[in-house]
Amino acid sequence: MRRLFCFLAMMAVILAGCGKPDFSDAEKKTIASLALNTLPSLKPDTTNRFADVPAAAALGSTLFFDVGMSREGTVSCSTCHKIDRQFQDDLPQAVGVGHTNRRTMPLAGVARDPWFFWDGRRDSLWAQALTPLENPLEQAGNRAAYAHYIKARFGERYERIFGPLPDFSGIPLNASPQGNDAEKAAWNAMSDAQRDAINRVFANIGKAIAAFERSIEPAQTRFDRFALDLVTGAEPKGDAVFSREEILGLKLFLGKANCVTCHNGPRFTDNGFHNTGVPPVPDLPPDRGRVDAVRQVEADPFNCFGAYRDGDAGACGELRFMVKSEPELVRAYKTPSLRGAAGRPPYMHAGQFSSLDEVVAHYAKAAPSVEGTSEIHPLELSDRERAALVAFLKTLSD
Amino acid sequence: MLGKQAFFRHSVFPQAGGMRSTRQNVVCRKGTGLASLWRYLLAGLGLAALLVGVLAVVYLTTPHSAQTVGPDVSRTKATDNGLFVASFAPERGVVRQGELESWLLTLKTKAGASVEGAAITISGGMPQHNHGLPTSPQATDYLGDGRYRIEGVKFTMSGWWQLHFAISATAGSDTVLFNVVL
Ligand code: HEC
Ligand code: HEC
Ligand SMILES: [Cu+2]
Repeated sequence: MRRLFCFLAMMAVILAGCGKPDFSDAEKKTIASLALNTLPSLKPDTTNRFADVPAAAALGSTLFFDVGMSREGTVSCSTCHKIDRQFQDDLPQAVGVGHTNRRTMPLAGVARDPWFFWDGRRDSLWAQALTPLENPLEQAGNRAAYAHYIKARFGERYERIFGPLPDFSGIPLNASPQGNDAEKAAWNAMSDAQRDAINRVFANIGKAIAAFERSIEPAQTRFDRFALDLVTGAEPKGDAVFSREEILGLKLFLGKANCVTCHNGPRFTDNGFHNTGVPPVPDLPPDRGRVDAVRQVEADPFNCFGAYRDGDAGACGELRFMVKSEPELVRAYKTPSLRGAAGRPPYMHAGQFSSLDEVVAHYAKAAPSVEGTSEIHPLELSDRERAALVAFLKTLSD
Repeated sequence: MLGKQAFFRHSVFPQAGGMRSTRQNVVCRKGTGLASLWRYLLAGLGLAALLVGVLAVVYLTTPHSAQTVGPDVSRTKATDNGLFVASFAPERGVVRQGELESWLLTLKTKAGASVEGAAITISGGMPQHNHGLPTSPQATDYLGDGRYRIEGVKFTMSGWWQLHFAISATAGSDTVLFNVVL
């Protein structure tokens, strides 16, 4: 009898406290949906028929790292998107030819996004790549100059991929509808055919760079090894074992703290735009986020409806069914992936927070937005719970 | 919690190595003197732990009623003023989170006749998250037999979504709300 009692007591202790991390079936299902192995393979981009052409990706890679692709020959994409820093630059706001107003975005998995930039003002990876090239604060060049440069430096490579370059006679050295007054005047003085020819070379530059960027993919992390073991029921080994704190953090992320509503799927993003009440940076110009981007993407001649898209307009669903005028677009920004986030402070669209502790404190406090309405609601989080959330986020970086 | 752990460490846990045999004796066999006080104390703690364990098992195995009571997710229903019978279903049969998808809205009169030439506007969102739809779906095509193709539907989160249709046809105007739970 006493032995039996001893045995029962022992079983009770084991059942009640010292087993493996226990997750409900719903939690397990969500954890499985976050693991990298559920990331589907990259879909073809029919708007860019060079997207999966290796020679185009190779040329794109050359251009990505080439400081010749800027007004003064000082800035390339990789000045801000540094290959050894997750393709970002650790600064609160990027610095190119001038000081910009937004933080450089890391690029892992970017080819899977429907919208580009913090506010989604471009609708394809290749149209995105054209923007910094002409932004006076970034690479500060103009499309006529880029076309001349491509002909001079990479003419043969270009023609092998895209076919013959246009006739450059009579095309000014500097001209663009986006440039300074002289460049605009030169652009307006060109014939329609000349403008179209230069736009086509410019678009192809973007398509080559996009082909390269498609190869930038997120890497497996401790979280993925943990998730795989949990889901397959294998005994986690080595660094796939989560500490109590990390498990608590994961549970909070899925449950009480509601992070997974927006940071979902294997990239930890819903690819949507949300106002999360992140405060503006005092000395920067007003930034209203998604609400101002809608008109910009509609007006972009390189958007999916434009003349430089390959394939048919069936690929333009995101632009066609875009939300245009809801109040919730005000100060809404793209949900960033959280993979690798722990290794690349500062955070948010203008580097507002310098640590993950500050990010978690922001979510707990849920201060109202300066404009529009924040979707975040205040959270009661103890110090231990805050630290646990940060500990969990770090498992997405190791 | 503390009591339970103390019990766990000093008594019968078989992995406790060298301590095992002696401590087991203390708990289960010796019956005199000081040890008897220990015995009652540990017995009490053991019972408490047993109770916690049983409660945990019961709690974990019973269905959570709060979660099972959800919104009405039926895919066919009468419109709010009873003018039409509406059905709403994904065109490809399955719903995938994060993908732009086409759905079919089928409109019949109460008598079962197809409703043709209806003007349809769509709105919606997630009532529990207080946000709207991430896209603006539109009726893009009439496929015959009262079937309208609704393109641009995208569910970016799991949870409870609502799609609200305002329908206006020769028979009159009516509205209907469909819940989709992912
Ligand atoms: C001066 C620094 C700088 C340079 C140079 C630069 N970028 Fe960026 N990049 C940024 C910043 C800052 C953002 C976010 C800007 C915004 O939201 O307004 C960004 C955003 C992006 C995005 C969007 C990522 C996403 O998740 O939406 C891509 C893709 C990108 N850059 C690629 C490039 C390419 C390709 C080049 C070269 C042609 C380039 N960048 C040049 C700083 C830079
Ligand atoms: C309503 C959607 C939503 C929810 C819920 C949400 N986030 Fe975010 N998260 C965002 C958006 C949008 C941004 C970018 C905001 C900005 O830059 O203004 C962001 C940014 C972040 C960043 C910064 C990443 C970077 O690269 O700058 C971290 C870290 C983060 N969230 C973690 C969390 C955690 C932890 C939770 C839960 C406590 C959470 N998020 C809940 C939408 C959400
Ligand atoms: Cu939601």
